[in-house]
Parts: sequence; C-alpha cells; structure tokens
Amino acid sequence: MENDSNVFLIGQGVQSPWYVGNTCEGLLEKFGEARVIDTPISENAINGAAVGAAICGMRPVVIHPRIDFMVYGLDPIINEAANWHYMFGGMSSAPVVVWAIINRGGEQGAQHSQALQALFSHIPGLKVVMPSNPYDAKGLMISAIKDDNPVIFIDDRWLYNLEGDVPKELYSVPIGKGTIKRTGKDLTIVATSYMVNKSIDVVSELEKNGYSIEVIDLRTIYPLDEELILKSVKKTGRLVVVDSAWKFCGVGGEIIATVTEKAFNYLKVKPLRVTLPDCPAPSSRVLENAYYLSEKEIIKAVKSILAK
Amino acid sequence: MLKIRLAEESLVEPIIKGEIKTPCHLYSGEEAIATGVCANLTKKDIVFGNHRSHGHYLAKGGNLNQMISEIYGKETGCCHGRGGSMHLTCPQAGFMGSTPIVAGTVSLATGAALAMKIRKQKNLAVSFFGDGATGEGVLYESMNFASLYKLPIIYACENNFYATHLPLKEFRLDDNISEIAKPFRISSYRVDGNDVLAVYETVKKAVLDIKKGKGPVFIEFRTYRLRGHVGPNDNIQGSQTDIRPKAEIKMWQKKDPLIKYSRWLLKNETASREQLEDIKQKTVREVDKAREFSDKSSWPNPKDVNKYVFN
Repeated sequence: MENDSNVFLIGQGVQSPWYVGNTCEGLLEKFGEARVIDTPISENAINGAAVGAAICGMRPVVIHPRIDFMVYGLDPIINEAANWHYMFGGMSSAPVVVWAIINRGGEQGAQHSQALQALFSHIPGLKVVMPSNPYDAKGLMISAIKDDNPVIFIDDRWLYNLEGDVPKELYSVPIGKGTIKRTGKDLTIVATSYMVNKSIDVVSELEKNGYSIEVIDLRTIYPLDEELILKSVKKTGRLVVVDSAWKFCGVGGEIIATVTEKAFNYLKVKPLRVTLPDCPAPSSRVLENAYYLSEKEIIKAVKSILAK
Repeated sequence: MLKIRLAEESLVEPIIKGEIKTPCHLYSGEEAIATGVCANLTKKDIVFGNHRSHGHYLAKGGNLNQMISEIYGKETGCCHGRGGSMHLTCPQAGFMGSTPIVAGTVSLATGAALAMKIRKQKNLAVSFFGDGATGEGVLYESMNFASLYKLPIIYACENNFYATHLPLKEFRLDDNISEIAKPFRISSYRVDGNDVLAVYETVKKAVLDIKKGKGPVFIEFRTYRLRGHVGPNDNIQGSQTDIRPKAEIKMWQKKDPLIKYSRWLLKNETASREQLEDIKQKTVREVDKAREFSDKSSWPNPKDVNKYVFN
C-alpha cells in the first residue's frame, strides 16, 4: 500500500482488526479511511465495487473473513471479473484480489467451515492461490496484487498461529509455481495449504521407518504447476494428493487426472486422494473428529500405496 | 439519437435473415435517455451498461464500425468477436463495459465511483439498468454503500415497464421506481425518458450536485421499447412472445422520442426540415459504411479461441 497508491483494502471488519485475525492491524492509522474501507454486510455489492474499481485502474484487495459468506458475492467474481478480459477482447481487465478466509472447526458447523478452492479453480480467468506458511502468504499476496488478473487468495484460519520468518522488504512468491518442501524418491505427496504442514509432519514420522517421500506444496491451485508435479511423479511413480476440501470434482481429482493423462506410464500403482468426505461440516466434536483430516488418514494412504 | 435509431433498425433485417445470430436487445424507442445522459458527460466520466446497451455505447462515444463488426462477430469488433451484442466496450471513451447479468454492472459502476473518490477525481460514474433490475438485491446494497460514502454516481433506471416478458405491475406493487432510492437518502427524480431535453436538464442538475460532493443520484426514466425484448419482434424459435397490448404499443409509438424532438427543433426554428433531412442522409451513410466495414472485416482466427483468457 505504501508503494502503490492504487492499492486499497475493503471488506467487513478491516477497521476492527480482531475480526480478521489481526491481519489488518495498524493499516487504518497508516493509510486512513479512504484506503482501508469497512463495509456493510453486502458481499455482492462490495465484491462488485472492488471489481469495478479494478477495471478502472485500482488494485483493490477485498477481504472476506469467512469464505462461506462470500457465496453471496459470486456474481461479480464469476460473471464479471473472471470473464472481463476475455469477453472484451483484452481491452481491459479486473486486477482484483479477493482474499477469502476458511474459518472452520470449533463446532461451527456447515455454514462456517467450507473450503471452496475447487469452485473458483473451475472458472477460466481466475487464478487461485493458497499459502501454507507466513513467508508464502506475504509473497503470494504481493504477487496477487501485482497480477493483472483477478486472483482468489484463500487462506486457512488454522494456519494463523503458525510462526515463520517473514522478511520486512517486498518480495514475491510467483503465482503458478509450487515448491518442493521435502525431497524423496518413493512417493509424491501433493498438498494444499494447511494440509502441507500435516503432510510434512507425517513424512517426518514415516522417514524414521525408512520411507523416502517427496512433499510438494502446490501454493497455486490454478494455474497448476504441472511441470513440477509431473517431474516428481516421473521420479517416484507414486502419488497421493492431500487437499483440505471435498473429494468430488475437487483439486485432488484434477491433479490425478492430469498425471494419468500425461505420465500414466510412470505410475507404479494407482494414485490416491486424501480429502474430506463429501458431506457438509458437522458441529458436534465427535462428528468433527470423524470429518476433518488428521495425520492418520495421510499415513493410511501413504502406507497402502507403498505396500503395493 | 438518430444514429442510435438508424444503427438499431439496420440490424432488423439481418437478424430476421439469420445473418446476425448474437442476441440483440434493440434500443429503439429509448434513445433519448442515453443521449440526454451522455451529453452531460466527459470522456473521463465512466459508464457501465447492460444487455440493451448499443445506445449507451454510441452515446458515450463508442465507435460505430467496431460495434457493428462486433455484432457480426468479426475480428475488428470492439471485443474482437469475443463479446457480441451483449458485451460492448470502449474504454478510451469511458464506456467500460456492458454485460447482460441483470444488475450485474450496478456494483461495478459503484466501484468506478469509489475509485474516483479514492483518487480525488472530479468525475462521475453512470450505471444504466432497467426496471427488471429493481428485483435484484445488489442494487439496494450498492445504493446503500454509495450513499454511505457519498460516491459520485448516477443510478439511471430505464423503466420500459417490462422485465423481459413480465409487466411492471406484475413484479412490483409500487409503480414509482424513483421511490426506491429514498430510504438510502439518495435524491431521486422521475423523468419522461422519451423527452431528450427533460432528460438532459435533469441529468445536468444531478451532475452539478454530484460534483458538489452531495453523493449519488437516482433517476427513473419512463420509456418504452418499440421493438421486442430480444430481436426485432420477440420471435423466439418461431413463436411470437411479445405479449404487450397493441393499443399500448400504438400509444407509445406516438411518443417516439425522435419525433418529439424533431417537432421541437422545427417549432423553435432551431433546425429546418432540410437540415434534419440532411442529417438523416448523412447518418444513413455512416451506418451503411459501418456495415461495409464489417463485411470487409475478417473473422477471428479459430486458433485464437483461448486468447485473452488472462491478461
């Protein structure tokens, strides 16, 4: 915001930092009400206003403390922003960042828990990024703001207690590029956001038993870093995708389809998806434990593949 | 007004013959609104349109050749054949875009006004939408937000008394649309949308107020489309779907904005019959030339089908 006066932040709660996990602390004092805009609960109009401002040359970041509520505001994202550059033959575009937060667990139930990355990744014209750590969160946000296209920046509140080194200066993490968090030769885990960290924990355990597992942090869901995934699977011949959302028509299915189309002959065994069950999020803690993924499910998938 | 009318009517035969396939929502009968509104605007003022926006595009200074080419699906169209009739744009003229999701651009125009406010620009945005858009929640969300932040925007509602096929009285109990702005403390007007001078004068006042920082203005323009909802006569897959009473159509034909304004020009001796005829002939040629331009233009390259997905 300091470097580009076209950047502004708009959304519910940006003037009361507790609401979005302290991420907006100090911004109001520094940049004033003109560029840190708290809004009525009007997701549709506010997304639209951000898209409209972007079309007119601004670089808005519109924040949604809960991605579930943002479903009210899908029209400006899917119909307008995503199509804008294409349907007007490249005459203008909507460089907006839609920052949507997955905020789940704690018996919040179905409408306070959804991970909707697949929904946005399906739409041509949208880029979708999901950081797994503080360094990438900053770098991806900077890339998203600088990108000339609409970017959906999805982060997970379960990551908000994670600590890590974050340089003070501006730096970018490129959109469309994943990264290898662990190198290995027997199996590839491709994971998204929060599930990256769970996967690393699992791998640390399994390595003690002599397994060699590669972990890819996808960082960007779309455009998918096919090159990185294919290269890794060609090396290991085994693939598990771990995603924090549902299975059907999800990120896991898309990655496995891509690998089977482009590197089928390299696969030694059938790939597996580790995802949530295709079911809304329950509330009761007993049901939540059955619903959300733990290390257990990842270990089970990895072991079943390596046993073959 | 005449240019819009002639351009629209030039599309009728090609639509019937099937030469034009993109769904065209003709603006014939409503020209006084786009003309009267845009006559008050500069290039730096921003306009967003809707499904029925050929008139808005032209009135704001959009290129006629490029519009006709776009409607015929040619590479020289304003969107290189990716948009069609319902997606027009001419950013250099301040016409940012028209899109056919009902009320879909209302919030975008509000965002354009927000951008102007942040940048401390002394311009304004205009959002054109129809009576049907009053059924969409985003209109009310947008008005509330714009009023709260005193954004420089005109909400221009073109009330042609039909939401596609449904008469106004069957989807709203209150016929007075201008009232919807009042709970948001937005000043509002109700104007004869077929009287270009009334449109011009009302918008002139609105622009002055907006430039004084008084915030948004809502204007209901009462008008009527002389053609179908889509295409010349609502002939959809062989069946006539225009359910409007014949007597009602006849009554509005008498209120044709072009006839009304021609009469005024003659009566006040602002223009002579010869001058009007001269303007008409010149405009006919301009429209003919646009068609020739389109005919000579090439089709987009099918290999480029996925060009422009990303910037």
